[in-house]
Amino acid sequence: MDKSWNNKAWFLVLPVLLLVAFSAVIPLMTVVNYSVQDTFGNNQFFWAGTDWFSDVLSSARFHDALLRNLAFSAIILLIEVPLGIFIALNMPRKGLGVPFCLVFMSLPLLIPWNVVGTIWQVFGRVDIGLLGYTLNSIGIDYNYVSDPFDAWVTVIIMDVWHWTSLVVLLCYAGLVSIPDAYYQAAKIDGASRWSVFRFIQLPKMNRVLLIAVLLRFMDSFMIYTEPFVVTGGGPGNATTFLSIDLVKTAIGQFDVGPAAAMSLIYFLIILLLSWVFYTVMITNDAKG
Amino acid sequence: MDLSWMAWTGPTAIFFLVILMLVIGMGVWEYFVPGGSPRVGILRFETTRGDRLFVSLLGSAFIHLAWLGLVGPNLWWALALSVVYAVGVFRLV
Repeated sequence: MDKSWNNKAWFLVLPVLLLVAFSAVIPLMTVVNYSVQDTFGNNQFFWAGTDWFSDVLSSARFHDALLRNLAFSAIILLIEVPLGIFIALNMPRKGLGVPFCLVFMSLPLLIPWNVVGTIWQVFGRVDIGLLGYTLNSIGIDYNYVSDPFDAWVTVIIMDVWHWTSLVVLLCYAGLVSIPDAYYQAAKIDGASRWSVFRFIQLPKMNRVLLIAVLLRFMDSFMIYTEPFVVTGGGPGNATTFLSIDLVKTAIGQFDVGPAAAMSLIYFLIILLLSWVFYTVMITNDAKG
Repeated sequence: MDLSWMAWTGPTAIFFLVILMLVIGMGVWEYFVPGGSPRVGILRFETTRGDRLFVSLLGSAFIHLAWLGLVGPNLWWALALSVVYAVGVFRLV
């Protein structure tokens, strides 16, 4: 009888395991070690137990940054995923338009984070920025430096501009993999445009949408460079997300212990939410 | 090799050793009973042994955090609760 499971194949995973150990596991272990100690530098550490975790859990600053981050991720997912699907559905599938659209959609993804931040920082300025100057010229009071709402709008539009392309490209890849026979069958049945989308295109895009939602959620929950360059976390703390707060604590204040505790809680939240997203979408995929 | 930069402590070393033992234990279990024993439990989706260990460890981390935030710094009861939770996950999920 053939053996259906060959556990020796696991040895092939060893190189990746070693790479992940050096790039992720060892740094994570170090963070865990830091989170239960205090240091004043010079490689000298003092036992602090669970004090830093208690401090972070009862910190209003941490709660506020976490809520801001959750709100930011929810808003950009609600905008980028439907918008990405809509654009992908309307992109050409044949002809010269295909490479043009693909290159055009890829452009924002090729720009480094700090450059995107700088572009939008200048673009939104009231004195010299095209967006800021134009809005104020037509009577709209816009100033991302002093108004928290304007700062949020700027950071969200910037993220949508930068990352919707990723959702578009993933959805497009899912759409072009659907065989023509499905569309022909739908045409014979007299299916409406909505029915074709709901019962053919959406189920076929399920897997790429799972990747898109996971990537966008994790990326948006870890967002740092773009809002830091544009608003620096302000005005006040209006756009201080968890990562910005974490860097301020770790590098600005050199509170390595509290920063380590904060980053572990941050890591656990990302792990939990990613697992929930993944499980819900995989379960729906299996049912549907 | 100087590992002082990693700032090791006794309790964190024990913590990671326990995780390592769990992973090795799962590997040995998988060797003798291959396939991961997939099943649909009370959460109504399929889980393997590895999934159940992941859910147990992640849940235990949140049990400890919740205990720390809501009750206090004595985490022995949180540990006991986590063990009960993990047994529940392995039997029911």
